[in-house]
Amino acid sequence: MNTAVRHVPGQPGALRPVRLAVVAAGLSVPSSTRLLADRLAEATRGRLAADGHEVEVRVVELRDLAGDIANNLVTGFPSAALEEAVETVTGADGLIAVTPVFSASYSGLFKSFFDLIDNTALTGKPVLAAATGGTARHSLALEHALRPLFAYLRAIVVPTAVYAASEDWGGTGDALTDTLPTRIDRAAGELAELIGGRRGAPAPEAEAVVPFERQLAALRPE
Amino acid sequence: MQFGIFTVGDVTTDPTTGREPTEHERIKAMVTIAQKAEEVGLDVFATGEHHNRPFVPSSPTTMLGWIAARTERLILSTSTTLITTNDPVKIAEDYAMLQHLADGRVDLMMGRGNTGPVYPWFGQDIRQGIPLAIENYALLRRLWREDVVDWEGKFRTPLQGFTSTPRPLDGVPPFVWHGSIRSPEIAEQAAYYGDGFFANNIFWPKHHFRKLVNLYRERYAHYGHGTPEQAIVGLGGQVFMRRNSQDAVREFRPYFDNAPVYGHGPSLEEFTAETPLTVGSPQEVIEKTLTFRDTFGDYQRQLFLVDHAGLPLKTVLEQLDLLGEVVAVLREEFAKNRPADVPDAPTHASLVAQRDAKALEEVAQ
Repeated sequence: MNTAVRHVPGQPGALRPVRLAVVAAGLSVPSSTRLLADRLAEATRGRLAADGHEVEVRVVELRDLAGDIANNLVTGFPSAALEEAVETVTGADGLIAVTPVFSASYSGLFKSFFDLIDNTALTGKPVLAAATGGTARHSLALEHALRPLFAYLRAIVVPTAVYAASEDWGGTGDALTDTLPTRIDRAAGELAELIGGRRGAPAPEAEAVVPFERQLAALRPE
Repeated sequence: MQFGIFTVGDVTTDPTTGREPTEHERIKAMVTIAQKAEEVGLDVFATGEHHNRPFVPSSPTTMLGWIAARTERLILSTSTTLITTNDPVKIAEDYAMLQHLADGRVDLMMGRGNTGPVYPWFGQDIRQGIPLAIENYALLRRLWREDVVDWEGKFRTPLQGFTSTPRPLDGVPPFVWHGSIRSPEIAEQAAYYGDGFFANNIFWPKHHFRKLVNLYRERYAHYGHGTPEQAIVGLGGQVFMRRNSQDAVREFRPYFDNAPVYGHGPSLEEFTAETPLTVGSPQEVIEKTLTFRDTFGDYQRQLFLVDHAGLPLKTVLEQLDLLGEVVAVLREEFAKNRPADVPDAPTHASLVAQRDAKALEEVAQ
């Protein structure tokens, strides 16, 4: 359920800061996945700031929640920390999701986290998908795995997905390939534009419950 | 306030011995547990309804009818009756029959059931779970309240001139609770009719259920049945007790660690912190149960799960001896500071009295 409230309570019309959620599924500490996530977040924040938006970045490190995620899968309910992480993601104006590529796809931990989010909770949310890996040969995992996942969740994934292979951290690209910083900048620009363009449109207020007469009426034979 | 036990009816291997009871042993254990519940002074016994292994109670009114014949005071209930996949006509008939045999000691808790294949096995579609619960229950209510029913709905063969027999005892249908884990629609349904709402809170954290119970209370008042505080709320809980807290933890840990629902996930300590599960001394159970009132307000029915995780019958019966002592204390403690206008859970006698009082009032006008 999307509980995003776009106006500061008590101050009609006043915009609160943009909420940018970052999910990083790296397993080592420090991880190149987190490094990429931070660079994407900073680039997006910079673009939004240039357009006059105040930005609040919240990072969810899935490694810290690995046990809670597994427990939720078997018990059906989240720990307080996991629930807060899920709310950070569902309540954000935009999401940067970064996973290492394992066995030709997102990591199991990354998928397990999104498995625990209600399948309508990310509807319409701007998402930047990114991944890291040892070799550039896995880069299409972004298009074959992450993009369909977020398409299923009805999120809006920006056109540029960012893949960082180990070599990208030291490379300058070549005549035919953009450098990692260029790709980061382009993707951040796309995400910032999508978030910025949607600012000020208040989310429709969700009803706590459908009144019972309406539920009954829907069942009357035509 | 009513206290009782509810059972899932699972056949689970005892992890400490590796022994799995037969279906026959489990069924006999369930009815023994019910009789023991009356003996130790509990008010309610409720059985689950399942149509898949490893669960045995597929035919609740058969089991409850047997228990009715061997008990005197115990209220017989369900946890839950599958309002989605059972034919509401058969529910109306079966439970009216049980109500007669048990001299009114019957109520029901409606639930949708969350086992996917059961829906198609019974000719239904799980995606229609909520609409089925709403339409079937609307029909059930009419079958109990109107002598001759003409009916047409979306899910069932139409009825023309149908009378459900036997008619409810004294013309008063059994009281109905609606159980739900996550659906506000069901809280709304319970509130609309002024029925009870049972939050089966045994696996999930309390803040989740507080939202559902509060919604039910507000909507109960919205529909004019009373104040939010007068809404009829039931709660679950699960316990394992020994005189010494450490003995309880030591004995129950292997059961918890391997239990079908709890096991192989959070630790016993994490689970007891987040859910109503209490493993410890009777005093600890008393203290934790009393906190439910702080979270949910004064309520009407507390059901405990005691035959869980493959515990042998002998152990469960020992648990019931301790639970009898615990409940005696809880009755006194819950009565303290309870506002006079918070009602008890309706019983057959109270519903008959209410009906008669209303009739007198109408005559007087």
